[in-house]
Amino acid sequence: MKQFPAATRIFLRELRGGIRGFRVFVACLALGVASVAVVGTVRSSVEEGLSREGASILGGDAEIEFSYRRADDAELGWMRSTATQMSEVVDFRSMATAETGTDTIRSLTQVKAVDDIYPLYGEVVLEPGLPLADALAERDGVPGAVMQPSLANRLQLAPGDEFRLGTQPFRLTALLEREPDSVASGPLPGPKTIVRSDDLAGSGLLGPGSLFTSKYRLEIDESVDLETLGDEAKALFADRGLQWRDSRDGSPGIRVFVERVGAFLVLVGLAGITVGGIGVSTSVRVLLEQKTATIATLKTLGAQGNTILAAYLMLVGFMILVGVLLGTVIGAALPLAFSSVIAEFAPVPIAIAVYPVPLLEAATYGVLAGLAFSLWSLAGTREVNAASLFRGGVGGVRKLPSPAFAAAVLALAAALITAACLFTGAVRLTAWTAAGICGSLLVLSLAAIGLRTLLGWLARTRLMRGNAILRIASGSIGGPNSDAVPVVLSLGLGLTVLASIGQVSVNVNNSISNDLPDIAPSFFAVDIQGDQLQRFVDLTEGHSDVTDVETAPMLRGVITRINGRPAEEVAGGHWVLRGDRGVTYSDFPPEGTVITEGNWWPEDYSGSPLISFAEEEGDELGLGLGDELTVNILGRDITARISSFRVVDFSTAGIGFVMAMNPGALTGAPHTHIATVYSTEAAETELHRRIGREMPNVTLISVKEGIARFAELLGKLVAAVTYGSGITLATGFMVLIGTAAASERLRTYDSAVLKTLGAVRSWILSYLALRFAMLGAAAGSFAIIAGGVVGWAVVTRLMQFEFAFDAVSAISIVAGGSVISLAAGLLFALGPLGASPARILRARD
Amino acid sequence: MPETAILLENTCLTLDGNAGPVNVLKEISLEVPKGESVGMTGPSGSGKTSLLMLLGGLERATSGGLNVLGNDLTSMNEDQLASFRMKHVGIIFQSFHLIPTMTALENVATPLELSGRRSAFEQAESELEAVGLADRINHYPSQLSGGEQQRVAIARASATEPDILLADEPTGNLDAENGEMVMELLLGLSERHNAALVLVTHAENLAKRCDRRISLRDGRIG
Repeated sequence: MKQFPAATRIFLRELRGGIRGFRVFVACLALGVASVAVVGTVRSSVEEGLSREGASILGGDAEIEFSYRRADDAELGWMRSTATQMSEVVDFRSMATAETGTDTIRSLTQVKAVDDIYPLYGEVVLEPGLPLADALAERDGVPGAVMQPSLANRLQLAPGDEFRLGTQPFRLTALLEREPDSVASGPLPGPKTIVRSDDLAGSGLLGPGSLFTSKYRLEIDESVDLETLGDEAKALFADRGLQWRDSRDGSPGIRVFVERVGAFLVLVGLAGITVGGIGVSTSVRVLLEQKTATIATLKTLGAQGNTILAAYLMLVGFMILVGVLLGTVIGAALPLAFSSVIAEFAPVPIAIAVYPVPLLEAATYGVLAGLAFSLWSLAGTREVNAASLFRGGVGGVRKLPSPAFAAAVLALAAALITAACLFTGAVRLTAWTAAGICGSLLVLSLAAIGLRTLLGWLARTRLMRGNAILRIASGSIGGPNSDAVPVVLSLGLGLTVLASIGQVSVNVNNSISNDLPDIAPSFFAVDIQGDQLQRFVDLTEGHSDVTDVETAPMLRGVITRINGRPAEEVAGGHWVLRGDRGVTYSDFPPEGTVITEGNWWPEDYSGSPLISFAEEEGDELGLGLGDELTVNILGRDITARISSFRVVDFSTAGIGFVMAMNPGALTGAPHTHIATVYSTEAAETELHRRIGREMPNVTLISVKEGIARFAELLGKLVAAVTYGSGITLATGFMVLIGTAAASERLRTYDSAVLKTLGAVRSWILSYLALRFAMLGAAAGSFAIIAGGVVGWAVVTRLMQFEFAFDAVSAISIVAGGSVISLAAGLLFALGPLGASPARILRARD
Repeated sequence: MPETAILLENTCLTLDGNAGPVNVLKEISLEVPKGESVGMTGPSGSGKTSLLMLLGGLERATSGGLNVLGNDLTSMNEDQLASFRMKHVGIIFQSFHLIPTMTALENVATPLELSGRRSAFEQAESELEAVGLADRINHYPSQLSGGEQQRVAIARASATEPDILLADEPTGNLDAENGEMVMELLLGLSERHNAALVLVTHAENLAKRCDRRISLRDGRIG
């Protein structure tokens, strides 16, 4: 503590010099902190928007949903006694058919059948601006309907035209501009049509076993606690396949999606902060190199190592505060400044404001990363000895930190990772990201040191003799005071993030848009009634361009219990337990079935219910042969014993049921059939027309269209992540500029000496350009390898797609890396090129 | 009559200073034949180093004539001056000015490579041997003593066998023993290559060892 006053005085004197030497330091830190703060603020704004608009997003204060059935009397009675108002919405997919002269156009639509009091909250906006009740009213014996403009366009309909849903004609009265509860439907439903439920009575669409959901929106008195009410509903109807949602979390799917994308973007921001940290580390190192003489002089005058360390720690701490504060202010201000633009593009309600938690999160990362990266370089201050005053001073402070400093740096890194885990709430993802960043940093450091050593060695061998530009460029990367490590680290990490995203994006796109259509069926047909099945098979199999038709009876069921215990208690939130899953039945294992354990039931088996379960999912749920599953199908509980496990491949988009039961178990359960048809594109169009005419209740889902919609959604997601990673690269570029600026003095000196030896300017420019291009290419080459490995891991392990290395994206990365490095380097080459050697050299004498 | 290496006629050099233009050299006239060594002395700020820089084409004369080996340096652009130095001039500085990222061998080989010599490294090795540094060729400047660094600088300056050697206080940072060794090397090189040597020094005894002594005072030869 005795040294504190002296250290403070040194710190204050150093501060008098201003922050000129710290501009890159502050910029790197501020950019990283700002990127995390912006992402966090937008995430909080969406969460707040969803929360504020919870009731209108959900369509009520609370909602009870049933699959493939409507509420029974007991359930309706409880809801009526609880709610001040209740509204029923029935949702299902169907085909909308329009006749245009001689042609018939059919298109898939998500039908929302509503009652007279829909919507309980919010407002439906139509074009022209009619009230919804008027738009849906019957005129001239034809009920009204509204649909989204994209669907009306596809069907070539204008308000006033007629179309059919099933066998029921409707008149399009207006176009649907906005519905308050659209967000809760999630990102993938087809274009919507709204009709009155009562008008569907004659459509033939909601027959027994049809795939629909019924939602009951409840208006609840403010004095009622929604959590308690939800618990009561779940307890009363625990085994009835009920799903409860309330306005505290009106759209859990969207919220989870926003949370995940937000967490992922924050992690990309963390990569940006790490890259910024490299800039911080480089700035501190350069500063200390410039201060070597000052430090050595202070030591000559009796200052202790700890005093010097404390003084520079204060200086760096002060600059960290400046950078973090600046980044936080920018991070808070940017979303506010662009609030109207963000609100316009956001597909969800968004309440942009200053939220303290994301700012605190960004500031915490900034402080911890700033300290961790500074400390590594600051450790060198204690190593400077007074004798360096009398030497060249080249690389005087570049040593590995002592074990105590290394431990402190590790502790700060651990604190940073822990903070990221706590703030994002995605421990596994954060841990993997941290491992990826640390691994990349380690491998990049080794690669940079390897490059430095290799080029240093090559420059001294005979191989490079005779090519002075190449030799001198290599020697300057491989010699003392080389900036290879910070350049390769910062640029390499930024490019690695981009390369990984490039590989993942290309591979996922290829799998979905190119590979999947080759193996997937052309279209699905759902809601085929039992008495229509044979005709459907005859119609499709009879077509010469149809290569295969598969059909299966289809029911939907929710697994409520495993061995008598609530399913979620046994196996957590596994996707199979979330909502309802397809269930089929068969006397025989379908063709090509691979049974991995147990046996299929005998033909005409009539004992207690048996179930054959998907092998991989069963394994994940911890199921074994003989375990009992209770499945709620259409409100009825069926408890069945697992008699076999079989391979189910979901990747081909064919028919894949997690559960198959013996036929006797499902006797009497109303159901429909599903079919997959493999055909040519031309046959698909023709079959759509014929099936639509003969079986208007059957819904046809084109796989190609589904893939296109998914690819579009994926494209938007990839774009968001790419923009996020752009910040990492921008920070990397900032570090490069800082490194190039820091080394400008050395390059200017080299150039001055070379000029005295007879080097012309074009020669010096070539040497500098080659030097920066080599560093950029090295960073890009590493990014290709690392991006390939990360891409492979994400694509094959996480997404379970096929992986093929994409050379085009890889080459762009190397080229981009070289160009970026070259641009940053050449920006600072003008100084050395134009400098007068006489001035430079005399200044050094 | 020996061939003229350097010819200055009423040459002036004015540099921009913080307080306005400074007349550093005033109407200097000087002729140095090939093979002659000239010791230049004078107080600090008298213009000795500036005159040396002018002769090496590192500064541009403001007025007057500057002819080196029959070439009018005042009419050359920066790149032509660089090429001229590569072929004809070797410069040795007080602070050595070796490139820190290059080994001793690479420093010496660089001007030879720039002039397109195929055997640049072999020749550089011979030059280093000649200055007694055969065992230090792969050392970086920071790994060499001041005397050793100056010997590398001399080897580098003489490697292309220049017609003119310019030395700016080459012994200023060295002890007496190393200073003596450096002087011997410089005078020997001048004699061996028949090169004109212009040596700037504060030390009268070193200047006296040259063929001719000139003294500069306030930018004029006095």
